[in-house]
Amino acid sequence: MSTKRKIRIVVAKPGLDSHDRGAKVIARAFRDAGMEVIYTGLWQTPEQIVETALQEDVDVVALSILSGAHMTLFPKITKLMKQKGLNDILILGGGVIPDEDIPALKKIGIAEIFGPDTPTNTIIKFIKKHTQKT
Amino acid sequence: MKQLVNGVLKGNRRSIAKTITLIENNPTEAQKAISKLYLHTGKAHIIGITGPTGSGKSTLIKRLVEELRRKRKRVGIIAVDPSSPFTGGAFLGDRIRMQKLSTDKEVFIRSMATRNSPGGLARATKDAVKVLDASGKDVVIVETVGAGQSEVDIIKIAHTVVVVLAPGLGDDIQAIKAGMMEIGDIFVVNKADRENADEAVIDIETMLNMSSEKEKWKPPVIKTTATKDEGTTELLNHINQHMKYLKKEPIDTQRRQKAETELVEAIKQKTTDSIIDELRRKGELEKLVEKILAKETDPYSAADTLLEERLKGFKTHR
Repeated sequence: MSTKRKIRIVVAKPGLDSHDRGAKVIARAFRDAGMEVIYTGLWQTPEQIVETALQEDVDVVALSILSGAHMTLFPKITKLMKQKGLNDILILGGGVIPDEDIPALKKIGIAEIFGPDTPTNTIIKFIKKHTQKT
Repeated sequence: MKQLVNGVLKGNRRSIAKTITLIENNPTEAQKAISKLYLHTGKAHIIGITGPTGSGKSTLIKRLVEELRRKRKRVGIIAVDPSSPFTGGAFLGDRIRMQKLSTDKEVFIRSMATRNSPGGLARATKDAVKVLDASGKDVVIVETVGAGQSEVDIIKIAHTVVVVLAPGLGDDIQAIKAGMMEIGDIFVVNKADRENADEAVIDIETMLNMSSEKEKWKPPVIKTTATKDEGTTELLNHINQHMKYLKKEPIDTQRRQKAETELVEAIKQKTTDSIIDELRRKGELEKLVEKILAKETDPYSAADTLLEERLKGFKTHR
């Protein structure tokens, strides 16, 4: 049987944010777009997120941060991913992230940053384009 | 492929993850790996944990794994969740309660979507269990959501099936449903700090006592409160006792039955796949679909027509 390849995606909340409505909405949108979404829940350490990505063998890691800690946590995550050889995973950032931080984040390997008012469709299109799966 | 297999045998987490993905996406290709890994399986105790949504399975599993880790057991977990029949997407949220275990090098957690395979349990789950077994895990836990009927598939995989219920989930009704009562080797009433926990236990015990078969193993019914870590040790004791019981059983009946089921399933799968692939290639399937839509024939007669030539020598069921 030829099973269709599925996009597998981790939606993660690194750090100390205490609410995740946005992440859940995104997760739901990904699911409705036919993806398999692994949701980690709140308060995740970079190590936990990277291990999850590794064990679940995902195509995409979507990180959401509202607390302002993105300049510390995102680099930790991308560095850990490289160390573990997870070089082919698409990493996305979202949440409350000031425009001036975006160039630096892209430099460390975050493929794109999506602000709070991004339509979910835009993100889904981006993912499909960059993973080339259904 | 060879690298992947060797990686799994060494317990390399990346190789384990990649092999499971291969099983999910390309069963034919994955089979080569499974054939090699199969020879290294049979060491792990495979525990199926099933029960309705909201009974607290994930939290209970987390406690169980913590207890197993204290005993230095290596653990694999496969958490199965349903795919949407409409979009094919899935929300795999069982890890949430187990995230703290993620960074333990001797624990491997994988979420799997059913991808709409009948029976609720992904066809791939069985092979994923083999991968974890071959990778050196002492215990492999398979978590499935079940309202009862469709989850009986788990019995084909697990040595020990734990059915988790909770008070206030309509257990009296659940308990009457056939499937669930018959597959359980151990019954757990979780969230036992709630009202009516004792009633739930009595309900289940009554139902179990009514079963006509005289089995040597009498399924225990135990209470746990996973959030407070109460009852975990007792549960693990019962699980171990069940394994001891299985080991005392004449190996023949148990294993023969499992091996036979597995062979029958493999034959079914291979026959269906090869026939349907061929019909698709030749366009015969589509033609008959059109006829069914036009009400010129019905699916059963159409299947007879399709199979007549191919199964010459075999009698098709009617």
